[in-house]
Amino acid sequence: MNIYERHDWKMVPSRNGFGRALTELAERHPELVVIGADLTESTRANYFSEKYPDRFFNAGIAEQNAAGMAAGLALTGKIPVFSTYGVFAAGRAFDQIRTTICYSNANVKIGGAHGGLSVGPDGATHQALEEIALIRVLPHMTLFTPADDEETRKATIAAVEQINGPVYIRFGRAPVPSITDESTPFEVGKARIVKDGEDITIIACGAMVAESILASEILERDGISVRIIDMHTIKPIDRQAIEESARKTGAILTVEEHQIEGGLGGAVAEVVVRTYPVPMDFVAVNDRFGESGEPMELIKKFELDYESIARKARELSKKKA
Amino acid sequence: MLDDNDLQKYSEIARRIRFDVIKMTYHAGSGHPGGSMSIAEILTILYFKHLAHRPSEPHWENRDRVILSKGHACPALYAVLAEAGYYPRDEMWTLRKFGSRLQGHPALDKGLPGIEVSTGSLGQGISIAVGIALSFKHLDNNHRRVYTILGDGEIEEGQVWEAFMAAGHYHLDNLVAIIDNNDLQIDGFVSDVMNVHPIFDKMKAFNWYPIVAEGHDFNSLNNAFEQAKQVKGMPVTIIAKTVKGKGISYMENVAGWHGKAPNRELAIKAVEELGFPQSALDKDIAK
Ligand SMILES: Cc1ncc(C[n+]2csc(CCOP(=O)(O)OP(=O)(O)O)c2C)c(N)n1
Repeated sequence: MNIYERHDWKMVPSRNGFGRALTELAERHPELVVIGADLTESTRANYFSEKYPDRFFNAGIAEQNAAGMAAGLALTGKIPVFSTYGVFAAGRAFDQIRTTICYSNANVKIGGAHGGLSVGPDGATHQALEEIALIRVLPHMTLFTPADDEETRKATIAAVEQINGPVYIRFGRAPVPSITDESTPFEVGKARIVKDGEDITIIACGAMVAESILASEILERDGISVRIIDMHTIKPIDRQAIEESARKTGAILTVEEHQIEGGLGGAVAEVVVRTYPVPMDFVAVNDRFGESGEPMELIKKFELDYESIARKARELSKKKA
Repeated sequence: MLDDNDLQKYSEIARRIRFDVIKMTYHAGSGHPGGSMSIAEILTILYFKHLAHRPSEPHWENRDRVILSKGHACPALYAVLAEAGYYPRDEMWTLRKFGSRLQGHPALDKGLPGIEVSTGSLGQGISIAVGIALSFKHLDNNHRRVYTILGDGEIEEGQVWEAFMAAGHYHLDNLVAIIDNNDLQIDGFVSDVMNVHPIFDKMKAFNWYPIVAEGHDFNSLNNAFEQAKQVKGMPVTIIAKTVKGKGISYMENVAGWHGKAPNRELAIKAVEELGFPQSALDKDIAK
């Protein structure tokens, strides 16, 4: 049986939240325009393009130009949202994002779809496992990695309404558990405490937040009390929440559907070593490329599933001073 | 002109490739049938008439190289490789499954014989092909050719034109780029999404020798490949007029069949349209 069925979690792809936000924003912001790159339906930008064809521009299969055009549109006062798969957004158009968008602090929003292993059978070429590392090193950038459909909607709205400058929103393809609802708070740069606990903190992002909740249920059965943080904003990162967690629980495990180097784990460790060093460990893709398979098969093989998280958490809690 | 025997042989192979693509993607539950169907004849005439290769010796030093720049069309490539004997046919039905050598996009690291390099991020294969051709012509004194297949949507990528420029600049007459001109990409018609035409004139302007061929007509393709071998001093592009989803009535010219597998009912319909018995769809499938 599917483990998610034990909860009454609805399974919805995060990308839907991106599409919903675009149509919602369109009404309030006539200056909002959307740029596609021949993946309009996949990224859910089609929710917008079908309703507002005059404010939608398809760049074709030309991500570098799309990023540059978005910057140009921003310079004329528009709020351009450019979306494609994460590998092609953060990867293919990296220099354009760095030098054209970020250096000029252009008000461009980037929807990085199909983050993580969630494209499954498409394999390594399409599985985006590097964007957090690539994007979080860029000055002026804000990076959101929302946990589910609703949080993706909120992140997209915040990107447009609260931030004047570049924002990257990383979201996935496959249906994932809906763990937040409309009433769940979302504050830019402020970690969301999913639950409090005493013995260890798990800091996760994206679909790994739900996986971490499942892991915590196993751990609590063993008497390990777990604090869980949904780090939906990786840049700027919530230093206060990280330091507080280190002091309170004395150990931090990070969990992400991303390469182990340079991602959420690295971002958290950078704060931990400078504030209140405690033992840490990382659940992440261990310095390898992805491969074809169903997303859940891959999550297991790459040891990102709740059982692997629980195992690592148990080992880590033993290392506590 | 190809004789009737040849024509019959090639048609039979192309028909089987189409069947294999349907069976593979159906059992995978995902994949890219549309752009695979459009290159069935191109791959057939290339692998069974023009290519210097040894399926039993995939790393044979004197082989021509094939780079599938539009990597998503790999089901067709996997089918032609199995047909040529590079690997056992039964392995085809593992397409896109966990642990398979037949990845969703061609993967060098999985070691499927006949795969020269990993592709799938559009626009990159052509540069690789230019690099190999450059090495053969200007460094290795190797007289082998490099063939690469691009989509007409793919050539919207700026990198493609950088590669075209380089190939013209270095006079790579050992390079043949086949453009699968099926007029469709994912979001619709190429001319609506981001017009790439006129391709012929652009290629000329980039110092290439363009040839237009009927992409589902073996004689036309054969002439183009023959002609390509005669051209000296410049790279050749074969602009192949094709139909996306060719051979399956409900797929032809429908963008929606770019990256979607047929369900059971439609897979059976396709199999029958191709002249195979319905039972062939499930034959040799491990349950
Ligand atoms: C760099 C890059 N951007 C986007 C994609 C997603 N994608 C895969 S196939 C495709 C459309 C390709 O169209 P075309 O080249 O005409 O291929 P065909 O229609 O022959 O299948 C797109 C946009 C990709 N694989 N690589």
